[in-house]
Amino acid sequence: MESIKDKVAIIGIGCTRFGERWDKNAEDLMVDAVYEALEDSGLESKDIQAAWLGVHTSFDTGQPLAQAMKLEYIPITRVENACATGSDAFRNACFAVAAGVYDMVLVAGVEKLKDSGMTGLVGGGGSPGTNVAPPSTAPASFSLAPQRYAHHYGMRPEDLKKALAHIAVKNHHNGSLNPKAHFQREITIEQALTAPMIAYPLGLFDCCGVSDGSAAAIITRPEIAKQIRQDYVLVKGLGLAVGGNQGYLQSRYDFVHFEECVAASKQAYEQAGVKNPLKEIDHAEVHDCFTSTELIICEDMGWAPRGKGPEYVMGGVFDLEGELAVNPDGGLKCFGHPVGASGLRMMYEITKQLQGKAGPRQRKNPTLGLAQNLGGAPATSSVAVTILGARD
Amino acid sequence: MAGIISFGAYVPIWRLGEGTKDWGSKAERSVTNFDEDTLTMSVAAAADCLAGLDRKAVDGLYVASTTFPYGEKQAASTVATAGDLGSSIFTSDVGNSLRAGTIAFKMAMDSVKAGSGKRVLVTAADVRLGASRSDIERNGGDGAAAFLFGDTGEAATIDAQHAVVNEIIDNWRPEGETGVRSWEDRFVFQEGYLKAVGQCVTELLQKTGLKMEQFDKVILYAPDARRHAEAVRLIKADPKKVQDPLFGKLGNTGAAFALMQLVTALEEAQPNQRFLVVNYGDGADALVVHTTAKITEVQKLPRRGMKGFLASKKAVPDYADYLKWRGMFSADSGVRRPAGGGPSPAALYREQAEVLRFQGVKCNKCATVQYPPQRVCTICHEKDNFTPIRLSDSKAKLFTYSMDYIAGTPDVPLVISVLDFAAGGRAVLMMTDRDTKEVKIDMNLELTFRKLRLAGGIHNYYWKAMPVR
Repeated sequence: MESIKDKVAIIGIGCTRFGERWDKNAEDLMVDAVYEALEDSGLESKDIQAAWLGVHTSFDTGQPLAQAMKLEYIPITRVENACATGSDAFRNACFAVAAGVYDMVLVAGVEKLKDSGMTGLVGGGGSPGTNVAPPSTAPASFSLAPQRYAHHYGMRPEDLKKALAHIAVKNHHNGSLNPKAHFQREITIEQALTAPMIAYPLGLFDCCGVSDGSAAAIITRPEIAKQIRQDYVLVKGLGLAVGGNQGYLQSRYDFVHFEECVAASKQAYEQAGVKNPLKEIDHAEVHDCFTSTELIICEDMGWAPRGKGPEYVMGGVFDLEGELAVNPDGGLKCFGHPVGASGLRMMYEITKQLQGKAGPRQRKNPTLGLAQNLGGAPATSSVAVTILGARD
Repeated sequence: MAGIISFGAYVPIWRLGEGTKDWGSKAERSVTNFDEDTLTMSVAAAADCLAGLDRKAVDGLYVASTTFPYGEKQAASTVATAGDLGSSIFTSDVGNSLRAGTIAFKMAMDSVKAGSGKRVLVTAADVRLGASRSDIERNGGDGAAAFLFGDTGEAATIDAQHAVVNEIIDNWRPEGETGVRSWEDRFVFQEGYLKAVGQCVTELLQKTGLKMEQFDKVILYAPDARRHAEAVRLIKADPKKVQDPLFGKLGNTGAAFALMQLVTALEEAQPNQRFLVVNYGDGADALVVHTTAKITEVQKLPRRGMKGFLASKKAVPDYADYLKWRGMFSADSGVRRPAGGGPSPAALYREQAEVLRFQGVKCNKCATVQYPPQRVCTICHEKDNFTPIRLSDSKAKLFTYSMDYIAGTPDVPLVISVLDFAAGGRAVLMMTDRDTKEVKIDMNLELTFRKLRLAGGIHNYYWKAMPVR
């Protein structure tokens, strides 16, 4: 089995402002993101030979991308993998480039969530079934983990709450430095702790934004990238692990980790040759749909020992100036979470960081950045881990 | 000889009473939660009656009520399936009269006597709904009783029965209405209740040659405590021998009322005691129930019974909650969530073992229990080699849970529970009949059959978790 390391390069990247985009429809958002990526690469849409579109519920098929961008009869594949859709679209596009089948490939991700008029995420259609599963909202299914976490490690719930508040405050701080973020205001620990309860222990500020937005990337092989720009970014590892409902079928699942996350990170670390992730990875965009999810991911990725996540969080290890900055762009929490676009939004920030173009959020000379994107919920999910690096 | 070989009951955990704001009465009555109805209570009473017995031996089922969920669509077939009974059985609904319970009782007994059924189950249940603040609401109650009839191992025999018919519009509920209507009081009781009860008891005594003093207990249906006392005087029963009708504790549970009293009497009975049971509705039924030496043994079956269910109760916090549960008052939940669509009857039909019987599977190779049923084992990957296992009556413990304040359900916060069964296997279910303060990891849970929602004209039933009662 060959590693994907250094076989694919990002030469253009774009991302819209995320948020309540009453002013734009999903096609408009795609046009904005894709044009930004094209301008970043210096290419035109006629240079694109194939495209992948990541979209969760807003569209079916790859056609909307062709319709919005007026792409002329090129192959376009729509990819859907719940909240990991954007990363998985990128992953599949990378394989086409690495295989040498296409030279110039576009990956776009988009989601229009706010037009539904509903609270939180609203599931897609599909055939009616028995409809007996609990009407579980995302906060409810994710709160199953922190609820058990405190019990499992014998933590006082109020201490766990404080660590979660630290994550919320950190991500709001990072978001305040990001003009494209959905939420750009700082919050205090006090505000996070006293916010209205959504699904215990998750209060309002523990939950990410539900947003509209789009992000896009242009990828090619490194030897072509060299001719286009000097600061292209290399793909170092692509992991994906998909759950088979083991967490609900097997009583041994503990609800304090994501097995899919452990498996996907192992794949990506092996490909990238990462041995000591906390030391080697400079910054990471992780799937903080809820603050508790970020906490557990940091343990699953091997950045904090099991049960020590709260200590590391409180110690500032994952702060913007910390040893490994987690969600320097504000994360799902503040940048927002237009499902199909989120994975590509993560790669947008990492690319900008590696190119030294992250403005007030810029880390010092980063060489490796990581995106962790999770679709599903504790007990069964799809987790994609993407490692990107600056060119040698 | 045909007789009762087991009995059981169900009383919802909720009471309107002193602890209920704005109820306005010290007297308690039982009420179903928002997710309960006649059908779910019938399933619960059937499980109580069959506890410790072989469910597959049941070959007939009569479900009695005046409040069935459907005008066309049998309730008994759902009760039989949720009760995990066999499929080669006779099922029937018995309805449209307050006397439906004793009518079903007679039908089951006649069937065993005639040899067409060997083990026939009867359930009777009602949700009594009157206009807000009406006497029917105040004196009503919700509950269910169940009896298993057979021709061996009888705990009690039915020595005699008598029925009279009295065509009268005294209490009635037209098609399409939810509340019971009543004509003027004095007419209703003099020409209806007292007349039919008096005639039926007099004729039963004449027919059998029994005298009132030969009964150890007298069990009477009555709309309220005052009419109950009048009927006792009328038939000249010794008040000391009259079974407490539980007004002020349970309330008049309609088609189930007389039979729930009979369950209480059987729970406390000695061998060789004679009970008179009188039921009313469009006439009257009178039965002579006679306990045998077996009663002591049958009393020991692991049922919760009337005694257990009455002792386990919670006060409905506010009369407005009750009105909300019954759909008589709608409060904005404050969040916008999509309304659940109607289920697919094809999916419900195909997944009956999972949804109604609540069966998981046990792998024949590695013995791992899995819910819902799987084709391929999650541990050893063995294919299509499983044995079904009923988990609806397995004890369970709470592994983790969530409290969802935005789910948009009537019971905010919605408690979603991940539970591990003592029999093995794990499920994720909503939790009902809970006080959020008592919800803790490792707490003991049991399953209860509930109505999830009415969507697309379909009452969608499934199981929920609840704290052990």
